[in-house]
Amino acid sequence: MGKIVEIEGVNKLYGSNHVVKNLNLSIEEGEFLTLLGSSGCGKTTTLRMIAGFEEPSTGSIKVEGESIEEKEPFERNVNTVFQTYALFPHKTIFDNIAYGLKMKKVPKKEIKERVLAMMDMVQLNGFEKRYPSQLSGGQKQRVAIARALINRPRVLLLDEPLGALDLKLRKQMQLELKRLQKKLNITFIYVTHDQEEALTMSDRIAVMNSGVIEQLATPSEIYEKPKTRFVATFIGETNIYDGCITNITDGIATMTLENGAVKVACPEDFSLLEYATISVRPEKMKFETKPVDGFELVAQVKDYVYVGSVLKCIVSLPNGNELKIERLAGQELPPIGSRCYPYWNPEDAVLIHNESHYIFEQLNSIKLA
Amino acid sequence: MSRKKSKHEFRANTLPAMLTVGPVTLIMILLIAVPLLYVAVMSVCSLDEYYNVTFKFTLSNYTRLLNADYIKIYIQSIVIALVTTVLCILIGYPFAYFIARTKSKKKKILYMLVIIPFWTNSLIRIYGWRSFLGTSGWINSILQGLHIVNEPVDLLYKQGTTILGMVYCLIPFMILPLYTAIEKLDTSLLEASSDLGARPSSTFFEVILPLTSSGIFSGSLMVFIPCLGYFFVSDILGGGNSDVIGNLIERQFQSGNNWPLGAALSIILIIVTLILVKIYQKLGGDMDSLGV
Repeated sequence: MGKIVEIEGVNKLYGSNHVVKNLNLSIEEGEFLTLLGSSGCGKTTTLRMIAGFEEPSTGSIKVEGESIEEKEPFERNVNTVFQTYALFPHKTIFDNIAYGLKMKKVPKKEIKERVLAMMDMVQLNGFEKRYPSQLSGGQKQRVAIARALINRPRVLLLDEPLGALDLKLRKQMQLELKRLQKKLNITFIYVTHDQEEALTMSDRIAVMNSGVIEQLATPSEIYEKPKTRFVATFIGETNIYDGCITNITDGIATMTLENGAVKVACPEDFSLLEYATISVRPEKMKFETKPVDGFELVAQVKDYVYVGSVLKCIVSLPNGNELKIERLAGQELPPIGSRCYPYWNPEDAVLIHNESHYIFEQLNSIKLA
Repeated sequence: MSRKKSKHEFRANTLPAMLTVGPVTLIMILLIAVPLLYVAVMSVCSLDEYYNVTFKFTLSNYTRLLNADYIKIYIQSIVIALVTTVLCILIGYPFAYFIARTKSKKKKILYMLVIIPFWTNSLIRIYGWRSFLGTSGWINSILQGLHIVNEPVDLLYKQGTTILGMVYCLIPFMILPLYTAIEKLDTSLLEASSDLGARPSSTFFEVILPLTSSGIFSGSLMVFIPCLGYFFVSDILGGGNSDVIGNLIERQFQSGNNWPLGAALSIILIIVTLILVKIYQKLGGDMDSLGV
C-alpha cells in the first residue's frame, strides 16, 4: 500500500482570511480518512483543493505521486459526492449516473451494463427513468454516490454527504458507505462535523481546528488519547481540569488544581511544575461518599439524569464547575444535595500539554535573558 | 339570524376585498377590458361610402386580411421578428451569463446598463440611431473625415437597419429573463459536471443550456411578440422598406382611416400572441418570468 494523496505545506488564503494553514497530510491507498471539524475549520476547503475547485495559495498536492495543480477538475482522477448531491435535475437517474462515462465516450452498450450494475449495487433498481425530484433524500444520496463511483476513481471525496438525512437513515447509510468502501477498495476522503460519524466509519481521523490539523490518528486513539484540549472537548463528552504538576512519582503525577490535588498517569514528555490539562471521560469518572486517597476534590450532587443504559450524575465543585459522571443504572446513589468525592483511576485520565505553559516558559526565558 | 351573518360576512370579507382590489379591478376594466371590447366590436363593423364606421355586422374585414399583399407583410414581419429574436439570444446570452456569474463589483453597474435605457422613451432612442446612422450622421462624418469613403454610405432605410433597431430596443427583454435563469443555476451542478470529466463546452451543452432554456423561451417570447408590433422602429429606421404588422395596423387607423380593418388586424395579432403564450405555458414555461 502506497501513499495515494500527499498534501505538502498547503496554505489557502481568501484575501486576508487564512483558511488552511501549512497543511501536511498523506493518505494511504484504500484508506477511509475523515476530516473532522466544526464549520469554518478549513475541512471543506481542503477537500475542494484536492478536487480542483479551489487552488492552494502555496504548497503542493500530489495524487498517485503526480502533482495535480496544473490539472483542471475534469482531468483529475478523483470524484466528489457533494453535500447538496448536485444531481442534474433535467436528467433521469440513468443519465445522471451515466454522465461520467458519457463524457469519457464509453460505448453505449458498456455504459448501459455498468450503470445497471452500479444501480444494483446501491439498490436503486427500477429507478432508471425517474427524475431526481421524484426521489427521497436517501435515494438521491445513493444516486450521487453511484454517479461518482461509476467512474472508478482512485480517490472519492465526500463532502458531508449524509448531512441532510434524518438520524436513522444516516446511521444506515454510514454502514452502507463503509461496506461499499471496503468492497471497492477505493480511498475515501470524508468531510464531516459529526464526531460520531467520524468515529464509526473512519480508519483515521484528522481533527481540524481553524485551518490546522490538531491530531491525526485512529478513532480509538483520538477518543482515548487526545493530544490537545480542542480534540478532547470536540470528540465526545469529557471533564477538563487545568492545573500544575507538583509531583511525579513512578509515572504517576500529582496535579494541583484550583479545588485540590488529584492523581494522573504521567507520560515522559511532561515535567515537574508544568501547567497542564487533564481530560477524563464521564464513563471513567467515579465518586464515593467518603474521601478517596490521593484525590482532594469535594463536590455536591446536583442532579441525576436517566439516559437508558446509564445514569448521568451532575456534581458541582466549589468553584462552580460542573462535572459529568456516568454510572450504571440501578446502583445505590447518595441523595441530591449531599457531599461526594469524585476520583478516577490515574490510568484512565489523559494528560494534555497546555498551550499557556509554553507562553509561560517563554516569558520566563525572556526574563532570565 | 342569517341576515345578521351575511352582514357580518360582508364586513369581514367582501368590504375589505372591495376596498383593496376594487379600485384596481375598476381601472383594469376601464383601461383594458373596455377598449379591447371596443376594438373587437369595431373589427366586425363596416364603413359607409364616406368612410364613417357603421355598426353593421360584417366579416369582410377579416377576409380582406388574406390579401396576398398583406400576407407578404406578415411573412416579412415574422422573418424580421425571428432574426431579431435569434440575434438577441446570441448577443444577450453571453452578456447575461457574464453579469449573472461575475463576482466583481461591476455586476451592479452592468445590470444598471441594461435597465437604464428603460427610463428613456424608446422613440427618442430610435431617433438617436437615425441621426447616428444618417447620411450626415456620426458614422458617415467619421468615414468621410478619414477619407475612407467619398460619398456618404447609405445605412438607413434597409431591413437590416430595422432589425438593428429592434434588437437594440428589445434586447433588455431577452437579457433580464436570461439573467434570472442563469443566476438561479446552482454552481455545484457545474462543479459536478466538471468533476465527472466534462470539458467546459460539454458542461455548457449538457448542463447550462438545458437548465437555462426557460430563460431563452421567455426571453424569445418577450422579444418576438413586441417585434411584430413595433411599427415606429421600421417607420423611422426602415423607411417603409421593412414593414411589420404594427405598421399595417397603424396605417389603417391613421392615413388609411379604415378603423374596422385596423381593429381586425389588432384582434388577429392578439390571438397570435395568446396562442404563442399558450404554447409557452404548455412547454412548461413559467408565467412569472414573463413579468419582467
